[in-house]
Amino acid sequence: MAETLLFNALREAIDEEMGRDDTVFVLGEDVGVYGGSYKVTKDLYNKYGELRVLDTPIAENSFTGMAVGAAMTGLRPIIEGMNMGFLLLAFNQIANNAGMLRYTSGGNYKIPMVIRGPGGVGRQLGAEHSQRLEAYFQAVPGLKIVACSTPYNAKGLLKAAIRDDNPVLFFEHVLLYNLKEDLPNHEYVVPLDKAEIVRSGKDVTILTYSRMRHHVTQAVKGLEKKGIDPEVIDLISLKPLDFDTIGQSIKKTHRVIIVEECMKTGGIGAEIIASINDRYFDELDAPVVRLSSQDIPTPYNGKLETLTIVQPKQIEAAVENMVALKV
Amino acid sequence: MVQERTLPQFQAPPAQISPEQGLVLYEDMILGRFFEDKCAEMYYRGKMFGFVHLYNGQEAVSSGVIKSLRSDDYVCSTYRDHVHALSAGVPAKNVMAELFGKETGCSKGRGGSMHLFSSEHNLLGGFAFIGEGIPVALGAAFQSRYRRDALGDTSADQVTACFFGDGTSNNGQFFECLNMAALWKLPILFVVENNKWAIGMAHERATSQPEIYKKASVFGMPGIEVDGMDVMAVRAVAQEAIARARAGEGPTLIECLTYRFRGHSLADPDELRSKAEKEAWLARDPIKRFEAYLVEHNLAEEGTLKEVRDRIQTTIDDALTFAEDSPEPSPDDLYKYIFAED
Ligand SMILES: Cc1ncc(C[n+]2csc(CCOP(=O)(O)OP(=O)(O)O)c2C)c(N)n1
Ligand SMILES: [Mg+2]
Repeated sequence: MAETLLFNALREAIDEEMGRDDTVFVLGEDVGVYGGSYKVTKDLYNKYGELRVLDTPIAENSFTGMAVGAAMTGLRPIIEGMNMGFLLLAFNQIANNAGMLRYTSGGNYKIPMVIRGPGGVGRQLGAEHSQRLEAYFQAVPGLKIVACSTPYNAKGLLKAAIRDDNPVLFFEHVLLYNLKEDLPNHEYVVPLDKAEIVRSGKDVTILTYSRMRHHVTQAVKGLEKKGIDPEVIDLISLKPLDFDTIGQSIKKTHRVIIVEECMKTGGIGAEIIASINDRYFDELDAPVVRLSSQDIPTPYNGKLETLTIVQPKQIEAAVENMVALKV
Repeated sequence: MVQERTLPQFQAPPAQISPEQGLVLYEDMILGRFFEDKCAEMYYRGKMFGFVHLYNGQEAVSSGVIKSLRSDDYVCSTYRDHVHALSAGVPAKNVMAELFGKETGCSKGRGGSMHLFSSEHNLLGGFAFIGEGIPVALGAAFQSRYRRDALGDTSADQVTACFFGDGTSNNGQFFECLNMAALWKLPILFVVENNKWAIGMAHERATSQPEIYKKASVFGMPGIEVDGMDVMAVRAVAQEAIARARAGEGPTLIECLTYRFRGHSLADPDELRSKAEKEAWLARDPIKRFEAYLVEHNLAEEGTLKEVRDRIQTTIDDALTFAEDSPEPSPDDLYKYIFAED
């Protein structure tokens, strides 16, 4: 076991996969000489050279399209979005070409690529650097969307994403890069399509992902003291959703609270609620509750920013409310 | 009518081409022309749907460039892609079947006119949004360099030819990719088919510097202007650029001055372009011109050329029969091809 910071866990994943498969390469802004804005690719430039750790000009849409072309012709690119928000400039290449081209081509090409980087609301980074693009991208067919949340799953999931033959949007969170965890010394891979049961319980199912998992964990401490026994599920895969795990939990608890950092309108939770209604409506004893960010550009001011995203106390209260209504 | 640009003169010695090579080019141009004429007929008879952009008039570009490539080189097109696909070797019947939405189409009926693909023929697409194919082509070119220089595969000397229009050369992806291609010396040809119009937008009204080939110079890349109605001229320029790219000397921007003989798409009433302009360019039909060249230089006789035309007409007729007789995709396969495992 070795205590590892999350950004280093990601780095180990990339290093191991680049060592294992020489068609894997990294590209993006400042990934090479500089080592990545969160040091996820530190020193890999020296180890693998300038073509395998390619510093690109600031041209998001074009270098993303370039990665699509490289993937179509047999390489396995990993794009680092310096901040995932910048990939709004690459929306066209991600949606039309990474996402849809395989289908449109009638299966002529596959597109094994990973688009990874920091997303989420950080500490007073302002609206543009605090975006949750997973919600914007979830409607694009052909994309897999994954969010890591611990050093352990970050490493195992990134390795799986690199090995996957499909385009994977891989969300890290700016505030989680320095999480620490003892990681196994042996190699491991975490499947992309499985949600993680963080805590089993019987009273209510809490569905969450990325940094909000840690807010939920904090809330659970308070809830436990009050004798409440929630089940916490980290979704991991935001698309496709792991309805086996979600469904089993609903059949046990009959109550669902979704805690997410994306905005409420058109968010990940919106899609989950619709799908739960489609699949498990009869299992529900209460309407699904959703705790999301406010529908506003994330304000710079610290107090306003705190009000924008869901806080542990709100989660605690929502769970208590739901359990109190139990008949 | 805007003052016509003076076309560059081309004086290549006729000995540069053998009769066989001449016929390859001729056949390819005829194939492109006859194929597109059949498409127009089918579209107006209600057998073909969607936006269909024909290539009539521009054949010298596709044949001149693509027929100068090796079969393991890459071709990247736009929505005006039928003829690039044919030049790249995708059989006419599979292109026609795609336009009919059939399972036997090169994109299994999922793509349509603007999304032709064939991994077997290294055809990277078929891109319906302007400009988005340029980065993809750049990626294929990067891949060749990566295999050669990062993986040490000395046989990885494939070249990518990337086609797009004058209007597209005002899009950011064009400039971004020229920069990266020159920066990393990628084996790619940026082939601009300047047909003077982007739907209804005249080139001069859309760009501050109408001479597109000149835009290469700021990237330290050769930019060449060529008469896009002369297949011999296009071929000569392409061959040189391909040789440079293959030798690791980097990209070239080639601006082919050409003209489309039909509207932007089959849905376009084509009311903006003047009669005088159209007539002037029709008089420079690249196929008629090449026929005259072949005969004049004793590279082919009129009888041989007629044989080619008859043979290609049969190919087109067969392609049509094949497309009409082919099955539609099965509704059971609606979700097939979303993911690599499907
Ligand atoms: C991103 C995008 N914007 C607009 C269009 C609509 N559109 C299709 S073709 C075209 C004109 C392109 O002209 P040009 O690049 O000169 O190519 P040509 O059609 O003349 O071959 C436009 C505006 C599009 N397909 N994609
Ligand atoms: Mg044009």
